[in-house]
Order: sequence, then structure tokens, then C-alpha cells
Amino acid sequence: MSERPTASGVALAQLRSTLPTVAAGLAVAAFFGIWILAPTLVIALALVFVGWLVLTRTGRQALAVARVGLSTVPERLGATSVVVVGIAGVVGVLVALQAMATGFEATLTGAGSDDTALVLRAAANAELSSALDRPSTTLIIQAPGIKRDANDRPIAAAEVVVVASVPKRTTGTDANLEVRGVGPAAWLVRPQVRIVEGRRFRPGLRELIVGQGALQQFSGVEIGDSIVLNNQDWRIVGVFASGDTHESEVWGDAESIAAAYRSNGFQSVAVRLTEPAAIERLRAALSADPRLRVEVETTRAYYGKQSERLTRVIRAVGIGVAVMMALGAVFGALNTMYAAVASRAREIATLRALGFTGLPVVVAVMLETMALACAGGILGAGIAWALFHGFTVSTLGSNFSQVVFQFQVTPELLIRGLQWALGIGFIGGIFPALRAARLPVTTALRES
Amino acid sequence: MKYLPLLFAALMRKKTRTLLTLLSVAAAFALFGMLDAVRVAFNAPQSVIGIDRLITSSRLSLIQPLRYADLARIQSTPGVKAVTHASWFGGIYQDPKNFFPNFPVEPQSYLDMYPELVLPQAQRQAFLKTRTGAIAGQALADLHGWKVGDRIPLRPTIYPNRDGGEVWTFDLVGIFEAAQPELRASEKQMLFHHTYFDEGREIGQGTVGWYIVRVEDASQADRVAQAIDRQFANSAFETRTQSEREFQLSFAKQIGDIGLIVTAIMAAVFFTLVLLTGNTMAQSIRERIPELAVLKTLGFTNRAVLLLVMAEALVLLLLGGLIGLVLATLALPVIGEASSGQLDVAMRPESWLLGLGLMATIGILVGLPPALKAMRLGIVDALAGR
Repeated sequence: MSERPTASGVALAQLRSTLPTVAAGLAVAAFFGIWILAPTLVIALALVFVGWLVLTRTGRQALAVARVGLSTVPERLGATSVVVVGIAGVVGVLVALQAMATGFEATLTGAGSDDTALVLRAAANAELSSALDRPSTTLIIQAPGIKRDANDRPIAAAEVVVVASVPKRTTGTDANLEVRGVGPAAWLVRPQVRIVEGRRFRPGLRELIVGQGALQQFSGVEIGDSIVLNNQDWRIVGVFASGDTHESEVWGDAESIAAAYRSNGFQSVAVRLTEPAAIERLRAALSADPRLRVEVETTRAYYGKQSERLTRVIRAVGIGVAVMMALGAVFGALNTMYAAVASRAREIATLRALGFTGLPVVVAVMLETMALACAGGILGAGIAWALFHGFTVSTLGSNFSQVVFQFQVTPELLIRGLQWALGIGFIGGIFPALRAARLPVTTALRES
Repeated sequence: MKYLPLLFAALMRKKTRTLLTLLSVAAAFALFGMLDAVRVAFNAPQSVIGIDRLITSSRLSLIQPLRYADLARIQSTPGVKAVTHASWFGGIYQDPKNFFPNFPVEPQSYLDMYPELVLPQAQRQAFLKTRTGAIAGQALADLHGWKVGDRIPLRPTIYPNRDGGEVWTFDLVGIFEAAQPELRASEKQMLFHHTYFDEGREIGQGTVGWYIVRVEDASQADRVAQAIDRQFANSAFETRTQSEREFQLSFAKQIGDIGLIVTAIMAAVFFTLVLLTGNTMAQSIRERIPELAVLKTLGFTNRAVLLLVMAEALVLLLLGGLIGLVLATLALPVIGEASSGQLDVAMRPESWLLGLGLMATIGILVGLPPALKAMRLGIVDALAGR
């Protein structure tokens, strides 16, 4: 006969049974706090943990139990693949979407630097909505702070930006191709632009060179082809590469393009500064001139701003989608691990009857889940890398034209994917692990 | 119906598992609902309103203006019932992140062309009479807390005001609503007088952005579109005339491969979901083999056992899926609010239908293998646990 349970005894028992769950919840919270704030600390803790596994008696016990668990994984292939594939799905989607944002940002900000600047009409938010007349551009080019070449001419180029409708390769429908008319100084302002095929356009002729990105996305822009700008045929004579957003453009002579559009003005002036600090001198000079109403920004600031909005939207959507999927995957992992613990209840109870304490059992179940999660993370990140690294897409940029960019799966993103995988594995494993450790030995042994 | 308690008992056998499966299904369908709403929004409004409207814009590119003087030539094209025009102003209210479309229009003919923009009669009259007047959609007015009588300053990105001021100021004389809830997106714009705009701007005077043409007979729309474009062929202002829907779709296409990426994400989600639920179902049946054998011994037919197992899968999918879709419906307005209207999409009936279809399909897909297995059980083997 058992003794009559007292009220305090019942309360105490209840407390004892809920305590581990509360503790687990706290552990999860603490884990994620550290996970996000200090990844290096987590790595240090992991090293301590590995040391504990190898060096102490309980650690070696945990390792032994985990080895038994992992050795039965092939027999439970269906159930364990739920964890692996579920987590792979989360990590794959997360990495792919973040890679898209990273690629877009890198393409735009790659075009920016601190020692070049862009002058636009005041209040214009992009080159396309800006307009500068010829007298203004002459004034701007002579302003102080602009670097001069060997012949003492300022390295500055008044540029024309227009948009042409050209069919896209993928859809066959017309999309906007950005056409930039540049002056001779443009090659000095943007030294990263180099011809990879054909030759440069000749000033005064209706000739264009096409960026590699534009060449890839649009049809009918190969060397020798012609595209129509304001009812005139312009011939493509070269292909250029720059590694940034300029690759989405075609370039021609500024004066000829302005003439084709019957315009006597320009959109912007791109200048090379004597030094990054010279931007202030230039800005002061331009704003002091009552004949001008312009704004000047370093190209780094300009392109940073252009990429900011879309990058932020893609990143937010990516994380939102991943969180939803992660919830689904956590539930899946919990299910699998609860089932795994239930099917091994007898084995675990036997171990505990033999004298194993709760801790090695908890650690063993956790190790198993983390191993599966890790496999899922690597699989998902690997798939995202294989499918999307270097995948070229285009979207509408601020100049109302297509910006071509590539997905960039950086090592950083792969590591972040793995972090997510391990995080999901942690939550998916901790509750079943506690259940395993707390199963009463006698009942578990009797279970079939 | 008499099997209902049995079905319930099966689902409640492992409460944690049922709950977790239900939640993962709900998570997946919540995601599906949101992504599908985005996909539907990208495919442009499929409204019957506007099938007799054409948009005539420059063939060279959307940013090239057309001559205002061509209005009369378009008007006189056979088959054209009415013409109006609009331009892109691109003004910014306070901060670039408040972006909303604002167009100078010819008020009378524009409001006649778009009867779905509903405005009280008095406000309509006020708009027609006030040169600096502007009207805004209800959603836009709510977003910025505008009331009729407010003065709205817009900072121009393209057209500086020739008075040298940094802003254009408009008097808000009316707030319009969309006639149908699915056209709510049109409540995000502001309209004002073309004459005020044209007289005040320094550049591009005498031009308009695009013409909107109403045809007499919607079935003749293609012919009329070609007739308009023919008149301007080989001129300095060549036009491209297309239906309003095509015009909107061409914008969506410009944004690029987003539709494709959304579809890819949904495929990944569903693959994962089918695997998760399928496996849980299979596992739960495996554990119950002796029980199913008992049912069969009691005289349940093979078909009854099959249906019972199938029903279990379907109930889980439908219940979880509906929870997910409801969550998505509730979450979308919150997301729209948080992104200050940039991602304002809502669940449409077609998303619900597609969702229900997917629930049924996935339910059958994951329920069928274990159900068939249960149906083919040999009683003796199953009872023995073999």
C-alpha cells in the first residue's frame, strides 16, 4: 500500500513534473539568445561539450547511447528523413531568398565607391527623373574637388540615360533596357568597365556597346545586331563587363544619343573626386552657385540607397517564409523524435535500469536530433548552392529599367542556414529527450 | 456517420502527434495562402471592368511622352467612344518610402472613363471646378490621415514647379472609393488637374503620358487598337495600344522572375509538407495494425477500413489547412499595415479554392498508401503482429 498523498506532496509532485518542461523552455530561450548574440560563444560551448563527451564518464556513456541510436537510423529511414528533408526545405528556401537579396545588393553597391560622385537635379530620386541643361553641366564639371587628368581636364562626364523597349529572352515580351550615353571621361570615372568582345563605340556614330548582363537577358543585342532608339537603328559593336549594375546597360556616345532623342540636356554628371573628402568641397561649391539646383552624392551612397528598398523587402520576405516553414519543420521533428523515443522506450528503460542516469539519455537523444538536423542543413544549403549560385535574374530597378543580377550564395549564408538547421533540431529534440529521461523505468520496461 | 466516433478515437489516440501534425499542416497552408495572394496580385486584377478600355502609350518606351495634340486624332478613329489621358508625376509625400502613384488627369473625362472610382456628387463638382484640386483614394487618405480640405504638398522628382518652389501644393477636394472590394488597389492613388500641372511644369509641356481609350464594342478592341497604332506608324511619336489588362501585366512582367520564384518556394513547401504528413500517417497506421485487424475480425469490410484511414488523413489536412488559410487571411492585413501598404494583398476566392483543392489532393495522396496497406491486411498475420 502506498501512503496517502498529502496536498503538499501532490503539489510538489506536480511541480517536479512541470519543472523540467519549464526548464527546457528557458533553455530554448537562452539557447536562441546566445545563438543570435554570440555565435562564437556557442562554438566555445560546443568545444567544451565535446570535451565533456570524450573526457568524462557520463559523457562517454552519452556518446555510447547516441551511437546505438544513430546506428538504428537506417532502419527508421522513413521517419528520420522527415527531419532531414523538412529542415533541408527550410534551409534551402532561406538560403535561396537571402542569396537573391545579397546578389542584388552586391550588384548595385558594387557600382558605388567613395571617390566618385553623381550630380543630379535637386529632388530627383534616380537618374531617369533628373534633368540638367547644358550650361549647368558645364558649371558642374568645372567645380572644385574634381580630379584632373594629365592634360588638366576634369575627369567628369555628363551622361544621358534613356530607356528602350527590347524583348527579353525568357518571356519574349518587351522590357526596359537602360541606355546610357557617356562622354570620353566615362572610362576614367568608371575604370572597372572593360571591353571583353568587339570594340568601343565611336563617338558621333550610332554605335552601342552592351553589358554582359543585358546581353544575357535581352534578345537581339549581340554584336552586329541593331536596336531601335527613337526610330533610329543603332548597331551593337562591343560587349563590356564591369561586375556591377552597369552590366545591365548599353552604352553609347552621349551627344549622339541626346541628339537622337532631340534633347539638349543630360540626366547626370558623374565625376571622379580628388579624394573621398573632396565631396564636401564639391557639395559646398555647387550649392553656393545660385545658377544651379543640384544634389551631389558619392556613388556609394547613391547605389546603396537604390538597392536598399528591394533588398530589405526580399530579406524580410525570406525570413518570414523561413520562420513559417521552420515552425512546420519543428512540429515534424518533434513528431519524429517523440515516435523514436516511444519506439525505443524499452531500450532506454533497460539502459536506465542498468544504471545509466537521465543525463546521458537526454544528451544522446539530443545528439541524434542535432546530427539529423545538421544533415538536413547541409543538404538544404547544398541544394540552394547547386541550384541558385550564379543564377541570373532581372527585375525593375529605380531607373525604370531592368537590373540584371545573380544569386550569391555566400559562405556566410551557408553558415546561417546551418545555424537555423541546428536551432530547429534543438527545439525538435529537447522535449522528446526530456520525455525519454523521465519515463518511469518500470512502466517503460513493461511497454510493448 | 456512424464511424465518426471511431475516426475521432483514432485521431485522439496520440494527442500530441495529431496536434503537431495539424500545426505543421497549418503552418504550411498559412504560408501557401500568403504566397498565393502575392501570386494572384502579380497576375493583375482579373476584373470584367475595363475590358472595353485600351491604353495607348509610346511604342518606344513607357517613359516617352505622347503629344497632347494627338488626342483629337485618336478620338476620331472609328470605333472609339471616348478618350482621356493621364501622365506620371512621381511626386513624393514627405518621405520617399511613402511612395504612391499620383497622376495629372483631365478630371471630367477621366472620371467618366473610370466609373469604378466612386465619389460623392458634391466632391466631384468641387474637383471639376478647383484648378489646384486633387482627389485621393480612401485607403491612401486613411494611411496619411487626410481629410477633405487638407492641403497636400508633393515634392516633384521629375517636374520642378516653374515658380521655383520646392513643392507642388494640392487642395484635397474629394476622397473616392473603389466600387468593388477587389479593386481596392485603385484607392492607393491621387489624381489632380492636368492643366494645373501642364502650366506649372518647366519641361515637357504639351505632352501626356498615355491615352485611355474606350471602344464602342469590346469585341472590336483589337481592330481599334491596330487602327490607332497605324495612324502614328513611322511618325516621331509611334504608339502601342493594348488592353488595360495587358498594360498592367506588362508592368508585372517588368518586375521580373518573382512569380517563378514564388512558385518554386511553394513547390518546396509542399514537397516537404507531403513528406511530413505522409510519414506521420504511415507511422500511425503501422502502430495500429493489430487494432485494424480486430476491426476486420469484427466484420468491417476492406472498403470500410480503407475509407476510415483515408478519412483520417483528409480530416487532418482539411482541418490544418483551414486553420492555416484563416491565419493567412488574418495576417495579410497586418503585413500590409507593417509594410506601409507596399505589400497590400488580400486572400481571394481563387486562393481559397486552390487551397481546398490542394488539401483534398494531398489528403488523398498521403492517405492512400497506408489506407491500401490497411485494406490488404491479412487478419491472421496482423493479429500476430507480423
